[in-house]
Amino acid sequence: MRSLHFTQPLMALAMVGLIASGAAVAKAKHATKPIAEAKQAAPALTKAKQTINIAYLTQEQAAPAALSNLDPFIKDKGVIGAELGIADNNTTGEFTGQQYALKKFIVPLSGNVADTFTKEIANKFQWLVLNLPDGQINPLADLPAAQAMLVFDVASSDDSLRNSGCRRNVLHLLPSRAMRADALAQYMMKKRWTKWFLVIGAAPEDRLYAEAIKRAAKRFGIEIVAEKTWEHTFDARRTVQSDVAVFTQVDDYDVLVVADEQGQFGEYLDYRTWNPRPVIGTQGLIATAWHPTHEQWGATQIQNRFKDTAGRWMTEPDYAAYLAVRAIGEAATRTAASDLKPIKDYLLGPAFALQGYKGNPLSFRSWDGQLRQPVLLAAPRSMVGVAPIEGFLHPKTELDTLGFDQPDTQCKWEQK
Amino acid sequence: MTKKILSYGLWALLLASTAQAETVFVTLEKDNALAVVDPIAGKLTATVPVGQRPRGIAISPDNKLLYIATSDDNTIRIIDTNTLKEVGKLPSGDDPETFALNPAGDRLYVSNEDDSRVTVIDIAKKKAIKEIKVGVEPEGITVSPDNQWLASASETTNMVHWIDTKTNTIVDNTLVDPRPRAMSFTADSQQLWVTSEMAGTLMILDVKTRQIIKTIKLEVQGVTSDKVQPVGVVIDSKRGKGYVALGPANRVAVINAQTFAVENVLLVGQRVWNLAFSPDQKRLYTTNGISNDISIIDLDSATVTKSLGVGTYPWGVAVKP
Repeated sequence: MRSLHFTQPLMALAMVGLIASGAAVAKAKHATKPIAEAKQAAPALTKAKQTINIAYLTQEQAAPAALSNLDPFIKDKGVIGAELGIADNNTTGEFTGQQYALKKFIVPLSGNVADTFTKEIANKFQWLVLNLPDGQINPLADLPAAQAMLVFDVASSDDSLRNSGCRRNVLHLLPSRAMRADALAQYMMKKRWTKWFLVIGAAPEDRLYAEAIKRAAKRFGIEIVAEKTWEHTFDARRTVQSDVAVFTQVDDYDVLVVADEQGQFGEYLDYRTWNPRPVIGTQGLIATAWHPTHEQWGATQIQNRFKDTAGRWMTEPDYAAYLAVRAIGEAATRTAASDLKPIKDYLLGPAFALQGYKGNPLSFRSWDGQLRQPVLLAAPRSMVGVAPIEGFLHPKTELDTLGFDQPDTQCKWEQK
Repeated sequence: MTKKILSYGLWALLLASTAQAETVFVTLEKDNALAVVDPIAGKLTATVPVGQRPRGIAISPDNKLLYIATSDDNTIRIIDTNTLKEVGKLPSGDDPETFALNPAGDRLYVSNEDDSRVTVIDIAKKKAIKEIKVGVEPEGITVSPDNQWLASASETTNMVHWIDTKTNTIVDNTLVDPRPRAMSFTADSQQLWVTSEMAGTLMILDVKTRQIIKTIKLEVQGVTSDKVQPVGVVIDSKRGKGYVALGPANRVAVINAQTFAVENVLLVGQRVWNLAFSPDQKRLYTTNGISNDISIIDLDSATVTKSLGVGTYPWGVAVKP
């Protein structure tokens, strides 16, 4: 797209400028007083180079059963986000004398994650971006070598990992299920759609999602008028068309809340319910950290930059991994440090403010390591709202109206 | 309401007798058009098609030409201010949004947000003569009135880059509050005012040391702090007062440019982004992206005298005496 036509003398001037340090600027024949008074060199040229090495650990996942072929299975969710974060950090690093490198460890489906960690990562890295299923996070974080590291969980939404199962060396980048449920509840309160019909899938994760929904309903005064579990059946006499209509004949409700994290049946509900009611939850109107329809607050720029490199839309783990790497970069820039202690202190301190393309600055909750962030409420083709919804107040920051606030937390990492 | 109309009527009378005719040009991001406004009469006089997604706008020092970044056409168009016809185009790199014109009017500096670069354009030759690597997502860009400095702010790197206009190279960098958006030098070229959209602050930088000498947290009573997202900033030529557009807080803050106290907060249209003075600096024009209008502020009385619908998503504003 860009075509540049350098004229010869100007090209030469540009070369001089590139090679020479700021000192040469003062000597340039056109230099006048204010420039001569300028600092003689840019900071990057005076500081010793700091290198910050970040490990990225993930394991190949089996492709889950898919409802439709519309959304292809994405194998590399997360890693491209981390790479984009490194690129952004390095652009900034050119001016601060800091350099960032990402070393990727992708364990095969049959491989052992702990082995890879012990052999390749332990005692070699201070920063670990971890993209693993919920159950693998704490066993890894509890390994002795992980105690001298800071782990950035870019995959989980699990509330227990942020409460009784919290670890002081683990930060969580994605919104917890509780934050997502609270975001939906706030919007439903605004709409006054306060009678919910909760439909829960068979997977254990669906139970956890449903628990978060129930917690949100209780917090915001929403009534769950009916609750049913969706049973998968292979009975050929029952089709989705007939089944959903029968299944959804319950007491009158305003919205159907579906808990189906894997997407086994949730997409079937809309337009097939007995009564004409919208679907929210894991399908329909969803609560998410990131979405293709998000374009406010400069989001268009990162959506474009991501798509240019990845050839696909940015997913939640990509966004989380980008933020993890950017968080390290932001703290390293502001503290001019590269070691664990000063950077971790800054990350968890009150001054930390990360630009996350969602309006409010992002920061970490000091009581459970959860990234404090707005939650997007998205329909497949449009952004419906951004929580916290206006009017839900909090004495410290409205972002803490979402999820487990300090008084509610069961994370006792101070005592651990 | 009646009072507002009356007071505006009075002002119109007063202004008609004292002020010269002037023309306000407003880019309409979603109408692909330029709105032409007679602010004294308080009328939209013309709407001219101008290219895809026009945003940044500047007027040449002789007031004869307008430069308009039409972002989706990847070009900067040159429009004759009298005929309102296009008379040329400048290369701009991809997706040009903001740019700055030097005081002599022979160089134009474009922020290429997606490429982390500033492109230097020789206007006479209509050629890009240099690309300067800056931080991630450069946005705010401005040239000091004494033509010594080109300041470029990168939104994700959170830095102001100080570029020597003689060599087109970065001489210094200042770390600022998150997501710096817009910048303006004082007329004496001694200070650079920088807004931070995310921290909700205005930072005053001393040009000699290139350090922040004052950070002002902008607050509006009854508006949550996340809605106070400062963008456009202008300072009057006497360094008496500065004005900051507060974005979705729908207000313009009035800052004492000597004490840096916030003296007033004026309610304007929705999502106010960019500001421009009238040539006599007695009025301020604001573009309000969501309410699709501009507000006209009388600066002596510090009152909004008129809101004028101009089209969809008014973005940039330039004034011709």
